[in-house]
Amino acid sequence: MHADPIGVLTGSHFMDGDHAACEGAIAAGARFSAGYPITPSTEIVERFSHRAPKIGATFIQMEDELAASIAILGAVWGGVKAFTVTSGPGFSLMMEHIGYAAMTETPCVFIDVQRGGPSTGLPTLPAQGDMMQVRWGSHGDYEIIALCPNSPQECFDLTIQAFNLSEMYRVPVFVMMDEVVGHMTEKVVIPHATEIEVEPRHFTSKDKSAFQLFAPQGEEQTPEMAMAGDGYKVHVTGLTHDERGYPSMTPETQDRMVRRLVTKIRDNASKICLTEEHDLEDADVVVISYGITSRVAQRAVEMSRAEGIKVGSLRLITAWPFPEHIIRALAPKVKGLIVAELNLGQMVREVERCAGGKCRVVHVGHAGGTVHQPEDILKAIEEVVR
Amino acid sequence: MSSSLCSLTAPANPVEDLLRTDRMPHIWCPGCGIGTTVNCFSRALIDSKTDLSKLSIVSGIGCTGRVAGYVNLDSFHTTHGRAIPFATGLKLASPDMTVVVYSGDGDLFAIGGNHLIHAARRNVDLKVICVNNLTYAMTGGQTGPATPLDVITATAPYGTYDPAFNLPYLVEAAGAVYVARWTTFHVKQLARSMAEMFSKKGFGFIEIISPCPTLYQRRNKMGDGLDTMKFYKQMSKTKHGAPTNEVGLTKSGEIIVGKFVDRERPDFTTMMHAYLNQRLGDDYIPAEAPVCS
Repeated sequence: MHADPIGVLTGSHFMDGDHAACEGAIAAGARFSAGYPITPSTEIVERFSHRAPKIGATFIQMEDELAASIAILGAVWGGVKAFTVTSGPGFSLMMEHIGYAAMTETPCVFIDVQRGGPSTGLPTLPAQGDMMQVRWGSHGDYEIIALCPNSPQECFDLTIQAFNLSEMYRVPVFVMMDEVVGHMTEKVVIPHATEIEVEPRHFTSKDKSAFQLFAPQGEEQTPEMAMAGDGYKVHVTGLTHDERGYPSMTPETQDRMVRRLVTKIRDNASKICLTEEHDLEDADVVVISYGITSRVAQRAVEMSRAEGIKVGSLRLITAWPFPEHIIRALAPKVKGLIVAELNLGQMVREVERCAGGKCRVVHVGHAGGTVHQPEDILKAIEEVVR
Repeated sequence: MSSSLCSLTAPANPVEDLLRTDRMPHIWCPGCGIGTTVNCFSRALIDSKTDLSKLSIVSGIGCTGRVAGYVNLDSFHTTHGRAIPFATGLKLASPDMTVVVYSGDGDLFAIGGNHLIHAARRNVDLKVICVNNLTYAMTGGQTGPATPLDVITATAPYGTYDPAFNLPYLVEAAGAVYVARWTTFHVKQLARSMAEMFSKKGFGFIEIISPCPTLYQRRNKMGDGLDTMKFYKQMSKTKHGAPTNEVGLTKSGEIIVGKFVDRERPDFTTMMHAYLNQRLGDDYIPAEAPVCS
């Protein structure tokens, strides 16, 4: 279906990434947000609090991130689309509810505008240090989806995509921004509402006695939804539960349920994964990057092409599920894969795992606080082809 | 003998429709008071003619946290301490819904204490039922925020020496519009009090003093469930309107019960609508309850 025009600011705007992400959420149909202020993400909910009363939406500022991250889940079961936003320390506090959302298959969106860590770290400066935390931060086995915009335009586009994927797979989806993307101001084009595809919530039409809230449907292995007040008398619990949602703490139920939480994403990974690829066919070396780092990497790639090096680039728009199939196909064909990221070694571990020793994997890490210099990446490219 | 006594089909208990009977037997111990509170809750819903299709129940974690799993309503068993913020989101998204929070003293006042005081401050229209068994029962009877002084617990083997919260006093100070306390001995009063709270807009709170014979009473040589009922009967004194600063509990002293607070204050949603209407005029589009398409 198309976006509800009431929320869509069609036109060309000069807008930062935080504001664009807020507009993306509204265009996607988000009508509830609960927040707790934290730099550099606060502008997203500031804008939402301004916009909400004019579009039939609700914003509430909660007492902490624990509250914000579960208030949105309550709102989702009340029938609306909902999201929250945060950064490093707040993201750490939200981990339990990411697990709860995964376990209860509650569609929702978290926007993490990453800053330098650990702990209070660098509140106003960028990093990409939460990439493993977003995947593994809550306890137990589960899968999530994480998207990495590299421009304000993508903050808009991918936030819509995040909501759509969350409804399609009943899974928490993360927009992994960083301080630079969040605060950078660029042209953002917001299309007409009829040109924005929005995934509606997949409410069941099944008979009340026959419907099971956790019975998987279709290729997505994802159950249909119901909401409180619709007469289905749902039971939702973070305990291991059967298809009816009833607690069932046996190894058999645990295996059946947790395995599906994982396979519904893993089996559909090639459908979910978005990448941007350039010159991979004849490349001797490929630079892999995501988010803001991809824009520095692009400069390094241009510089090395000017030197006559056959270099390709692969940008991870979807970080999780990790596009394993692409790395596995690429590794035997190249001399090396270079992974540039604003951390001291996170997504590079996935690249190394999937490359399986078939080529060199070189990490260009950075502890955060600013972006890479293109020369740092160029040096790694030169070293691999030498 | 009359034939009706020999009949194999007993008349159905009127609360059965409100229970997920396919989930019985429940996990609560013999003598535990939580089942009694669920019975009172069910009767309060029946007596108050509450629209059950527009009622949700939200629990946290612990023995009382399991209530959500046994009632045949839209029911949410959330994370430890976070029933209230979940319920806040649910209530704001679905303003026509009656949202009941049903949880224990440890869940609501220790790990969830911050959320409780802020929801009371905002006067979010939530009906909070707190079963206070004076201990962390699910994990084996450790010291909780409501455990009185000089009580033996699993983590206070020589007796507790940190003072307990006085729950009604705290909740009144934070802004609740309805505050009452009963014990599981006071089943009629409790059911009436619940029904009264359901019909009152704003943040309501009922504390129910309830036995944990397995872990609290046994360790402190206070007898079994029946002994505790006798204790409640003997030691409780009804004082409606009692100043809440005078209702703190001790290990074996008087238990003041009754309705302590019943006052008027606009709830969160009323305040929000009034302000936004005034500031935005025709530009204000209030959020409506979603309709599933």
